[in-house]
Amino acid sequence: MKIVKKVVLTRIRDTRITKIEMHAPLIAVKAKAGQFVVLMVEEKGERIPLTVVDTDKDRGTITLIFQELGLTTKLLGKLNAGDTLYALVGPMGHSTEIKNYGKVILIGGGVGIAEIYPVAKAFKDAGNHIITIIGARTKGLLILEDELKTISDELHVVTDDGSYGKKGFTTDILKDIVRGSTSSGGRTSNNVLVYAVGPIPMMKRVSSITKDFNIKTLVSLNALMVDASGMCGCCRVSINNEVKFSCVDGPEFDAHSVDWEELEKRNKIYEEKEKHICKLSTK
Amino acid sequence: MKTPIKPKELNVSSRISGFDEVVSCYTEKEALAEAERCLQCKNPACIAGCPVEIDIKKFIFQITRKDYRGAYFTIREKNNFPSICGRVCPAEYQCRKACVLTKKGSPFASEKAINIHFLERFIGDWGMKDIVRDVRGSTSGGGRTSNISGGGRTSNNVSKKVAVVGSGPAGLCCAGELARHGIKVVIFETLHAPGGVLRYGIPPFRLQRDVLDFEIDYLKKMGVEIVTNFIVGKIKSLDELFAEGFSAVFLGLGAGAPSFMGIPGENQCNIYSANEFLTRVNLMGAYKFPEYHTPVNIGKKTVVIGGGNTAMDAARVALRLQKLNKMKPDVNVFYRRTENEMPARRPEIGHAKEEGVNFRFLVQPVEFTGDKQGYVEKIKCLQCKLGEPDSSGRRRPVPIKGSEFEEPCDMAIIAVGLRANRILTSVTPSLKVDKWDDITVNSGTMETSIKRVYAGGDIVGGEGTVIEAMGMAKKASKAIIEKLA
Repeated sequence: MKIVKKVVLTRIRDTRITKIEMHAPLIAVKAKAGQFVVLMVEEKGERIPLTVVDTDKDRGTITLIFQELGLTTKLLGKLNAGDTLYALVGPMGHSTEIKNYGKVILIGGGVGIAEIYPVAKAFKDAGNHIITIIGARTKGLLILEDELKTISDELHVVTDDGSYGKKGFTTDILKDIVRGSTSSGGRTSNNVLVYAVGPIPMMKRVSSITKDFNIKTLVSLNALMVDASGMCGCCRVSINNEVKFSCVDGPEFDAHSVDWEELEKRNKIYEEKEKHICKLSTK
Repeated sequence: MKTPIKPKELNVSSRISGFDEVVSCYTEKEALAEAERCLQCKNPACIAGCPVEIDIKKFIFQITRKDYRGAYFTIREKNNFPSICGRVCPAEYQCRKACVLTKKGSPFASEKAINIHFLERFIGDWGMKDIVRDVRGSTSGGGRTSNISGGGRTSNNVSKKVAVVGSGPAGLCCAGELARHGIKVVIFETLHAPGGVLRYGIPPFRLQRDVLDFEIDYLKKMGVEIVTNFIVGKIKSLDELFAEGFSAVFLGLGAGAPSFMGIPGENQCNIYSANEFLTRVNLMGAYKFPEYHTPVNIGKKTVVIGGGNTAMDAARVALRLQKLNKMKPDVNVFYRRTENEMPARRPEIGHAKEEGVNFRFLVQPVEFTGDKQGYVEKIKCLQCKLGEPDSSGRRRPVPIKGSEFEEPCDMAIIAVGLRANRILTSVTPSLKVDKWDDITVNSGTMETSIKRVYAGGDIVGGEGTVIEAMGMAKKASKAIIEKLA
């Protein structure tokens, strides 16, 4: 549970994305692409889920990447190499089903880029043609470009403000690709998988684009969790009108079956309280 | 016949302004007076009413002789956790119901029945102060410790190691029994704190946390190792545990997955499972937000659905949160049968009523509706009447056509039961489960379909009580000890 290395990946004013390498030899052996861990920074802290971005079995470490948004990620961001977490458990959730689809299009928005990285790597190892689309608000917030470049057959970069790569959204690129209007465009559907992680509006948009083309699409959902072992039902989502728990049934689901509106609303349940506690902590 | 002695209780207004324990321990005088009421039947029925068959007659007799130490060991011979069981055992459905002073045919104990659980608690708490202090003081682990541990140490057991998965009532009990026999035990717990439902489910006002901490600490002193943050099934498989040298495994996984009703609107914001609500408050300390960082929302008008102990706990916690936040208490339990059929403990129903929880009987929720932001606003229900008895022997609720009504509700807590948690069973195909995903066992030994893997508690046979879980764990530990001998 000790942090062995910490790198601040990006920092623009109050937005900061940090990478930490944690000593967790057992998790390092077991965690597979798509799985996550739950951690507590301190005894009075919250339990929060974070995707396992990388593992190093030899060093016995796992890599986590997080953007400082709420109090817990801010507290986590204050820790340094040598510091120890109060709790760390995992790997939780199902891992991504890795196989050779032919072509896999991965879309990462914001800190979601960190979450597509291990999945992209695993799909690459399985022999897929990898197209990666990553996007951020602005150049300074873009992460893992180099890492993804080395494992992607094609990498597209966009920023909302046009400060780097193409101006626009990841979904603009996706639309172009699935329409077959770019060089790598294929017609559709059986030999393609789309995998998206990012803000809910992005995943929702991805889903609606690929639904029209009938392309299988997986998303990793960021529902709120407490125990993350199926005990509380906080993370329940409606998948094809059926209740599923993101923590034990997911975190990946078929994008076309997700009730996005419900997820969006449920994820805001504690927005007020989060603002309140963040304000208190900066005083 | 003398009147039954009631222990002191915290007055209602101090109760609902915090999480302090409601029921006090008997004073010595009270305990003696209550013990004197026991008829010391020639053929005591109470013992058979106890899932772990504590020699109730004997320990009560020992109390009358002021032999508290003796009484303590009489209980501990069968039950490792008298302080816990004395507080949470549904005695009115078990030993007290079997007491001859209970009217024949009564669905639960009569008031006149001996307050066995309060006497058990008196002795348990006495032991915490007076006996175990000796053990804690002794660093050698010899002498008095071996007295406590039953003196069952045998040298050929020392090399044997047993893994216990889950640190709830079943796991703790099994670990204690094995440790008493000199077997090395390692408990693996997924959460960051041990205790299972005793910690995340049962609120501190029913089970003070220092009692739980004490009992767990005591196990550690007996040599039990507790590894938290360790999710068996994900981080290690059962095969791997055996490969690492464990000679047997006990599964006390609990019934960890909350059920929902499956009615429209149930996923709206501020509709919690009782498990989530209680976990946030009890385990994560949300009632001390923002000192503790986990939030919980508090309804102005809260509806709790269900009639079991979990529903009572949730309702009483919700009421306290309202009070702590200077809101007018407004918590309403909706149950589809009548008070008589409620599975909750009678004293807890009484406490909830005293504290101001409202009850609506014979109502069945059919829908939740909410506002644009997705927050629940109203609950729609049907009125019910009681029909023929069902398989549980309780009269079945029958919804009345056209009886639909609506109530405002800005928070709802669903406490309609639990299902098996499938994390471990789903990755262990050779572990046989029934149609409810509960683990199938040999009822004599609690051994599962996998050799040397045993199970007990709610993961076997569904939701039960703390003491039933301990009963199964004891049976399993006995089988494990025989197997390893």
